[in-house]
Amino acid sequence: MNRQRHPSHGRPSPGRRRFLAGSAAVGIGLKLPKGAFAAEGEVNFYNWDTYIGETTLEDFEKATGIEVQYDLFADNAELFAKLRGGNPGYDVIVPTNDYVEQMIEAELLMPLDHSKVPNIANVDPLFMDPSFDPGRTYSLPYMWGTIGIGYRKSAVEAPPESWNEILESDKYAGRIALLSEPTTVLQMAMKAQGHSLNDWSDENLAAAEAMLIAQKPRITAFAPDNGQDLLLGGEVDLAMEWNGDIQQIMEEDDDIGYVLPKEGGLLWEDTLAIPVGAKNVENAYALIDFLLDAEVGAGIAEFIGYATPNAAAKALMSEDYKTNPVIFPAEDAMKNSEASVFPGQERMRKIDEAWTRVKAAG
Amino acid sequence: MLLWLGLFFVVPLGIIGLYSFGENVTITRIETTWTLENYARITDPVILGLFWRSLWLAGVATVICLVVGLPMALVIATASNGAKPWLLLAIMLPFWTNLLIRTYALLNILGTRGRLNDVLGWLHGKGRAFLDAIGLDGAAALGERFVPLTLLGTPAGVVYGIVYVSLPFAILPIYSSLERMDRSLLEASMDLGAGQWTTIRRVLVPLALPGILTAALITFIPALGQFLTPDLLGRGQVDMIANVIERQFKKANDWPFGSALSLVLLYVTFILIAARAFGDAARARRLERGRAA
Repeated sequence: MNRQRHPSHGRPSPGRRRFLAGSAAVGIGLKLPKGAFAAEGEVNFYNWDTYIGETTLEDFEKATGIEVQYDLFADNAELFAKLRGGNPGYDVIVPTNDYVEQMIEAELLMPLDHSKVPNIANVDPLFMDPSFDPGRTYSLPYMWGTIGIGYRKSAVEAPPESWNEILESDKYAGRIALLSEPTTVLQMAMKAQGHSLNDWSDENLAAAEAMLIAQKPRITAFAPDNGQDLLLGGEVDLAMEWNGDIQQIMEEDDDIGYVLPKEGGLLWEDTLAIPVGAKNVENAYALIDFLLDAEVGAGIAEFIGYATPNAAAKALMSEDYKTNPVIFPAEDAMKNSEASVFPGQERMRKIDEAWTRVKAAG
Repeated sequence: MLLWLGLFFVVPLGIIGLYSFGENVTITRIETTWTLENYARITDPVILGLFWRSLWLAGVATVICLVVGLPMALVIATASNGAKPWLLLAIMLPFWTNLLIRTYALLNILGTRGRLNDVLGWLHGKGRAFLDAIGLDGAAALGERFVPLTLLGTPAGVVYGIVYVSLPFAILPIYSSLERMDRSLLEASMDLGAGQWTTIRRVLVPLALPGILTAALITFIPALGQFLTPDLLGRGQVDMIANVIERQFKKANDWPFGSALSLVLLYVTFILIAARAFGDAARARRLERGRAA
């Protein structure tokens, strides 16, 4: 998944004041003795690009004396490909829910000792027993969001209500961008046809494939990492996208909107986990606990503009953030949305073959 | 040398070879069962179609590179010694920028609302105004409104991207063979009454042929394995075979099939290089015979 998670470039600048406040906090941090809490060594943190607060990692180093080695990945597939042959030295990783499932199955994740993460108490109980990791044995929630439709308000008569408007109708021919994620795009086609996005029966898959092949001439792009750029630049007027990506360009352009279609979209959750073979396990726990701290969590959420599952952090956030319908969709749009379940290797092959046919068509 | 070849070529290739006869036992374990299934899957018409499309697009791009590259190489080879390094530098300069950044720049230029269409739109407006001014109906001649060119998301866009990336690689080998050429042969040809076109066709091109063949190979082979260009300039609409291979190693998590595909692509490459070597050998023999006679 090529979600781009960087803070808004064009956000009108409370940023600067926040930055100053942040440095003040760091100043205070410096005066604190490292004392009894101080730990030795380092922690290798493998995260999505710019998916962290502005000073979070420095603050962590100041608070604990643990040095953070920070490395970035571009999508879950890359993370998985690097770990499947043996952990190359990461201590904390940030996989998305369906990949958590896949990694548990592949025995790539270490069971977590909850007693070493006291800040678990901050997490909204709604997030504590997900189907992909019952009882949170292997992962703790970091951020969550949805996949829906970003659109240019002035170019549509009404906000797109249904996935069919971009996946079936010719209303917006030549103005549509889809993600280049085989699983996600086929899942949204299944949603449009009234099925669960996890019901990968042969008929559903075939129908979704046929739908996309028929629609292909009207689609401008399968965008790997830049659907929101195409929307912002006016190359397309509607784009299947991650909510955070659209949130970012909404801050640059008032004419952009985001909607979760009535059939529901995809719910995703990024998690914090410790891969098997981690060398600095104690430090990994310290980092995870730090990231789940209320103030730290609020700082990150404010900076990157994604929804936090941390109830204590959310309580500290501004009204603007808490009531933003892009970050926190309305109840009724949420109720039809689903999280993706890893369909198994055999199905993945069928899905990829269907996708190859879609991409080769026309 | 042998160690290097073993470490960086034979061993990795051997592993890919083993994978290509393997099966996914779990999502992370591959067992070599000597199954031929991965190769059987390549005979799927969709996959063969993608191979064919890759060969076709890479072929078109190569021909364009040669047609554009030959005159450019000729200009550099015949330039004064002072100008040569600067011309060569100008050819190489884009390589100091990362490929991804150059590709994104092309997106900005070639888009429906890109710079190229800005310029064309401006020309259209000026052209209409000019025709109206001289008493002709500009709107009728040039169209009421400017219709932007669609370049991205088409095979043309992909070919453009490949040509842009490969052109310097095509120019340099042709340049080096022209550089070594004995200039007096061209003069002799013209003195003996051959026209310019005949001289190019009968003397220049045959002399530069080794360089041209190298240029063709060096353009064609990497072009065959492109996946970034189809993804970005092709907007995911004009997939080539390397897009399928990349997906097998990442999203589809099917390394055995990906390995089989990459080996087949490698065989195609080997066949081309072998054909080139045989061609050279045959030419050398002909020359020998010519001298002996």
